[in-house]
Amino acid sequence: MKRIRKPKLAVWKFASCDGCQLSLLDCEDELLAVAGKIEIANFPEASSKIVKGPYDLSLVEGSITTPHDEIRIHEVRRASKFLVTIGACATAGGIQALRNFKDVKEFISIVYAHPEYISTLNKSTPIADHVKVDFELRGCPINKDQLLEVIRAYLHGSKPNTPAYSVCMECKRCGTVCVMVAHGTPCLGPITHDGCGAICPSYNRGCYGCFGPKETPNTDSLAARFSELGATNQDIVQVLRNFNAWAEPFRRESEAHEKKVRKNKDNSR
Amino acid sequence: MKKKSAKTRTIRVDALTRVEGEGGLHVKIRDGKVIDVKLKIFEPPRFFEALLRGRNCEEAAGITSRICGICPIAYQMSTVHAVEDALGVRVDGQLRALRRLIYCGEWIESHALHVYLLHAPDFLDYDDAIQMAQEHPELLQRGLKLKKAGNEIIRFLGGREIHPINIRVGGFYKAPSRKSLLALEEQLKWAREAALETVRWTAGLPFPEFEQDFLFVALRHETEYPFNEGRIVSNRGLDIPVRDYEQLFSEEHVEHSTALHSSLKDHDSYFVGPLARYNLNFDRLSPMAREAALAAGLRAVCRNPFQSIVVRSVEILYACDEALRIIEEYEMPEKPAVDFVMKAGTGTSCTEAPRGILYHRFRFDDHGAILDAKIVPPTSQNQKAIESDLLQFVPRNISLPEEELRRRCEQVVRNYDPCISCSTHFLKLHVEHV
Repeated sequence: MKRIRKPKLAVWKFASCDGCQLSLLDCEDELLAVAGKIEIANFPEASSKIVKGPYDLSLVEGSITTPHDEIRIHEVRRASKFLVTIGACATAGGIQALRNFKDVKEFISIVYAHPEYISTLNKSTPIADHVKVDFELRGCPINKDQLLEVIRAYLHGSKPNTPAYSVCMECKRCGTVCVMVAHGTPCLGPITHDGCGAICPSYNRGCYGCFGPKETPNTDSLAARFSELGATNQDIVQVLRNFNAWAEPFRRESEAHEKKVRKNKDNSR
Repeated sequence: MKKKSAKTRTIRVDALTRVEGEGGLHVKIRDGKVIDVKLKIFEPPRFFEALLRGRNCEEAAGITSRICGICPIAYQMSTVHAVEDALGVRVDGQLRALRRLIYCGEWIESHALHVYLLHAPDFLDYDDAIQMAQEHPELLQRGLKLKKAGNEIIRFLGGREIHPINIRVGGFYKAPSRKSLLALEEQLKWAREAALETVRWTAGLPFPEFEQDFLFVALRHETEYPFNEGRIVSNRGLDIPVRDYEQLFSEEHVEHSTALHSSLKDHDSYFVGPLARYNLNFDRLSPMAREAALAAGLRAVCRNPFQSIVVRSVEILYACDEALRIIEEYEMPEKPAVDFVMKAGTGTSCTEAPRGILYHRFRFDDHGAILDAKIVPPTSQNQKAIESDLLQFVPRNISLPEEELRRRCEQVVRNYDPCISCSTHFLKLHVEHV
């Protein structure tokens, strides 16, 4: 009888904190079931056994920040049939993309005594800037249930069910009182992609944008509301510049406010 | 991968596996003698100390936790304590207890991951835990359930397991009610029993003779096994307050690593993490953890890094025991955080991450904007100790077949549970015989 081959899974890491690939090992109740359906063929953080590619499903964590990784991502793409980026680093450049707004040379000299030993690119960029990506899973960190959904959907040949609406929708669904309306706490919920389950508002805290922009976010309107609540232009720049700072809608809005900060400085001179 | 000539041999591990992050190892051997060992860290630099400049100290914990997805609590704790030190804020009572509780969760989760999924396969000769589970399914199931118990504490108190959201300067955004916290109790009672079993099981694993004369460094607190506070002490008389850390410890930038190498004045290398903590704080363990350690054949001092898997298991047991104590004595505080007034200042802190002491220093202005930041993660402090272990280990095992030697060298590295993501500011194995 012919044995049916299990699809091969590979997990790749670029510049990142390891948290998103850890999410797979954090599936304590499901890990063995997953391993029963898919061959964990290349997952260095979890196994010393590296099975040769090509791989059916590749999960890519991290952003591109070095000349070496800029080349390696193409090798990963060539070895992968279906490539999914996982997490804010891979989908938006991550927290390390804060360098993109500054001079990286200055950053190197702040941290390292011998800048000449350090090989790095000026910008931290998402994987999709370099190769074709088949599916993007958002979050800093990703939600492990959504990761399981992506694997499930891949195994069944369907589209993963990961809604692109805002955190606000999830708050309403959970019955969480709106922290911005009720307490005047600035919250990125209206422009942020759902996926976390609207955790922060349920802990009396405003959303800080871990899952990046939702589809068609009205960033301008939210920034105006933040101003009314007393936020300065500089505050608005900072609140938009976290793990998804380089995602286009957040970037555009923060740059608009950065211009205002500069203009105000010039005027006061 | 391998090069051989009459006098030379090269063994390389290009990418160390079952460690968190990216690194390798390069060992140079000439005429059967190890002449150089380099722990290589290729983790791309992410410049956290630079990107914190200009950010508000109140949002820093959300940023520093992104250094490491395995031990985000450690970063959040060191960060908020450094800020609180600068502001003269003291977080006491039940809020302090809740911070110990969430740290217990991280030790349980991180240690269980290392003991069962990363380290145990070395001793039982498997490539990974999934393969181990084919012959010992009950082992991996116990490990995963134990890990889950730790993660449940973090998820409950922190909002989610990775990069939790509930910790802030002064305390928490939201403190749990006593009733809701009690829901964790049953799972933790199971976990404490499972941790006892883990200590007994790991004690029976085969350990090579490898006692080393280490310089151990850890926190020590007046009455408690250390998490968030204490003096920095060593087994050779060091005893300093945290604020004096930089006077005695320095960092060096070497070409083969994007992690800075730490050293202690007048010493070549030192050792942080579970073994150091245990050796310097054995008398501070709970009676149950102490008895289990002795029953497992450990003494009050353990100098064999291969036995770190047993010590890590003892620490899981302690963390379960301590978590249960905290939950039992918990009363909901009036406010979830202490009030404070923002002012300019410089603050330092050191907390016990699962892998060892994690030092922070922040200086910020009147508005709380960070002027400069210094972060010293545990793995960068252990780099020299790992290299020095390999210098000792390789000559004793030089007759082993190439592949076996390579595996054993990786195991020496894994004894430290290195977290390379953290250290970047850290590792592949090359053994080169020249």
